Amino acid sequence: MAEKKIGVFLCQCGGNISKTIDLPEVQNFVEGKDDISVVQIHSNMCSGAGQKLIIEEAKDKGLNRIVIASCSPHFHEKTFRATMEKAGLNQFVLELVNLREHCSWPYKDQPEAATEKAKDLVLAGVNKVRENYSLEKKKIKMGKRVLVIGGGIAGIQASLDLADTGNEVYLVEKEPTIGGKMAILTKTFPTEDCSACIISPKMAAAQDHPNINLMTNSEIVSTVGHRLHFEITVEKKPRYIKPEIDMDQCLICEQCVQECPVSAPNMWEQGIMQRKAIYIPAALAIPFRYLIDDSVCLHFKDGSCNKCETICPQQVIDFSQKPEKVQFTVDNIIVATGYDTIHPSEKPMFGYDKLKNVVTGLEMERIVDHITEKPPPRPVGDKVAFIQCVGSRDEQTGREYCSRVCCMYAVKLASLLKQAKPEKDIYVFYTDIRAYGKGFEEYYKRAQQLGIKFIRGKVAELHGVPDSEKVLLKAEDTLSRQIIESEFDLVVLSNGLKPNDSTEKIVNFLKLTKSSDGFLQEAHPKYKPVDTNIEGVFICGVAQGPKDIPDTVAQASAAAARVMVTLAQKEFDVDPQLAFVETEICDGCGKCVAACPKDAILMKGGKAEVVEALCVGCGACLPVCPLEAIDFHNSSNSQMYASINGILAGKKPGETRILIFADNTCTYRLADALGIRKMKYDIDTRIMRVPSSARISANLILHSFKQGADLVILGDCPVASSLYPWSRDVTEQTMLAARARLAEAGIADERIFFSEFSAGDLQKFTAMINDLSAKLKQAEPITEEQRQEL
Amino acid sequence: MTKKIVLNEKTLAFQKKVEELSGENTAMCDQCGTCSGGCPFVEEMDITPAQLMRKVMLGQEDVLECDTLWICATCNTCTVRCPRKLDVSKIAEALRQIKLRDEINNLDINDLPKNVLKELPQIALIAALRKLSS
Repeated sequence: MAEKKIGVFLCQCGGNISKTIDLPEVQNFVEGKDDISVVQIHSNMCSGAGQKLIIEEAKDKGLNRIVIASCSPHFHEKTFRATMEKAGLNQFVLELVNLREHCSWPYKDQPEAATEKAKDLVLAGVNKVRENYSLEKKKIKMGKRVLVIGGGIAGIQASLDLADTGNEVYLVEKEPTIGGKMAILTKTFPTEDCSACIISPKMAAAQDHPNINLMTNSEIVSTVGHRLHFEITVEKKPRYIKPEIDMDQCLICEQCVQECPVSAPNMWEQGIMQRKAIYIPAALAIPFRYLIDDSVCLHFKDGSCNKCETICPQQVIDFSQKPEKVQFTVDNIIVATGYDTIHPSEKPMFGYDKLKNVVTGLEMERIVDHITEKPPPRPVGDKVAFIQCVGSRDEQTGREYCSRVCCMYAVKLASLLKQAKPEKDIYVFYTDIRAYGKGFEEYYKRAQQLGIKFIRGKVAELHGVPDSEKVLLKAEDTLSRQIIESEFDLVVLSNGLKPNDSTEKIVNFLKLTKSSDGFLQEAHPKYKPVDTNIEGVFICGVAQGPKDIPDTVAQASAAAARVMVTLAQKEFDVDPQLAFVETEICDGCGKCVAACPKDAILMKGGKAEVVEALCVGCGACLPVCPLEAIDFHNSSNSQMYASINGILAGKKPGETRILIFADNTCTYRLADALGIRKMKYDIDTRIMRVPSSARISANLILHSFKQGADLVILGDCPVASSLYPWSRDVTEQTMLAARARLAEAGIADERIFFSEFSAGDLQKFTAMINDLSAKLKQAEPITEEQRQEL
Repeated sequence: MTKKIVLNEKTLAFQKKVEELSGENTAMCDQCGTCSGGCPFVEEMDITPAQLMRKVMLGQEDVLECDTLWICATCNTCTVRCPRKLDVSKIAEALRQIKLRDEINNLDINDLPKNVLKELPQIALIAALRKLSS
């Protein structure tokens, strides 16, 4: 390697820095070392003139490493990386030192001490940059192929948006028709427009679109791959009907259905009607094609029947079909796997399995849809009760969350019933009416006007009435404080929503994370609501959490837009700040392979190897490596040791040092926010930016103590908003190991700890640091012998 | 019963005392009424179990004067069904404890006729004394 020539550029930030920190003193401090070619001060390094100075000095003096001491890297890292390129240097031989947010702003009233601290920070930057090396941004080429999993309204909307913008969409649905739950609903709240009428044109458009490859009756059986390149295997279940492309295609003449002797519950009609073993799933099914239910068909049971095959004039029945596997590759995936309703058997006190006249919300959708038929397939008596919050908002079922749609669907079903049959006496027993959406409150008020009675009280139990089909309901009217015990002809359980098994499968295939309610976890609850922790995988619809149709459609379009953003880049820059293996050191023990939550490390020829396309840069593999053979670009072990040496170098006798390894997402930004608000915490604190707390190994912690740290804090995001929620366990293990070593040296092991920080925890942070440093200053200091024993 | 409630240190202190004795956080009650609707003795009570919870949440000491406390048989139906997993029975027990520490005797053994005493199972007598006397 060529001789190291370092340029150090100190920014005054128009006085923000230079009014507190004596920059010429810092300049004197840095100058004079062999490899420091130049130290310059400028009023605004980020300005055109400032950047020009850097570029000219770099070219003049042949600099090959640059340190810029200015503001937080979250402010101007992008700017200065571009400056590096203009100076003909690699972006990663740059080191930024945060003098403004972490030093001059919080310590305005301690200029001398702040100058001393600034020297430590700049020295850490210089030490680090000596170990820096060039890194190339790898590019992944992308096509325009997207897999959408789930053919409900979310999946259909996302597919149409993507197909319309010229992407190639594979839409996979496990049911024999697309349309999902929305196609089952009678009407939608609060407008009462016909659900099927709204969704069926979209279903047809999805089928006819030249850019959509629609696969119904099909399930994903495996996804191999990494971000932006997924190899998908889909299993198409047989319909036992010859494909349409054959000349002799099906004419939907219905003769087969008339001949079929088998009757089974029509599940699309929620079992209130029957269908045959050969059937079309729904009146508006897409594709509008027959299939044979091989779980009830007599031909598959005992071979005793082939009536449909005999009668079919086109001879399209094919009993010999087998499940078929289809393989294809996609660049991005949208998961829109929807939900199930909570089964009422989770609340046995409602007797759903025993009482004939207790039905679910979805069953009531179909009952109401047919209510004006003469006679209706499922008649409704005169007195009807709806029970809200069945299964949700209930810790007894383990579902604390509100399902968000039940209040309004109960209001809708009650209103539709009342309008069709005004003589019905209808009651809604509720805990709270949540009419939060556009037009919801007005809709609720209209239901009251229609004469539907709302009673505030969660129903406790339902009983059968002897010698009758009526249902006895018991509840407290919590407003009058009286107990209601009344008989009803029909009780509707407004059961909530829950994650379904298909989502669970996809979670396992793609290694997604789930939030505590069991629904899919978005990458960030505020600013990445449809992204996931896997690059190239997006989520929408109820699979992410309960929501109504407009929210689902909006979220689906958002997910589609995120895919378009990704695919529009054509090539995707992979941040090179990832793990890598020093193959000469690696002895192939395999501990890192086991530690990687993304299966991004493979064993090849007895050595570990990082698959860059899979690595998400959490650093969780580093602490487990006994040889420090696995390392991390731009946060490597040698870079970390060098920085630690620098940042603790200025410690004088009698002083204390709190060293915080601050994760880049939350803790480091928190320290920035403190600076911006000029909030002070003990000046003896030193903050180092790291990708995540999981990256810190026990050795680094112990090295910090050797170098003079008196307390080490690992800071990271709360699990709920963490990019790397799995990293917490790794950090715990690291701390245990480091604490054991401290204890051996006779040092109190509470000198290492982990803390969760959000970027807004300003008071928490300052209070904690000030309290700790006060205690530290009173505690028995760690002796030099103890430090050397580590 | 008055229509007016004043919230002050006294009401806070009473709520805190019930919480200390029961170990339950009464602020978690959602007032859904599940406890009342399922209570097998609610018809005999002067206030419903959910109403009792409400009075405790608001620190209303007059809850100590209700019959409900003494009608509650600690059958735990409310406790196993509470959607917020509150132990309602424990709260009723805490209220009884507060009342019994006033050294009241809801059951005086001298008032029981001899023939009743003779026929009464001993365990029933012990249970009644434990629950109803200090």
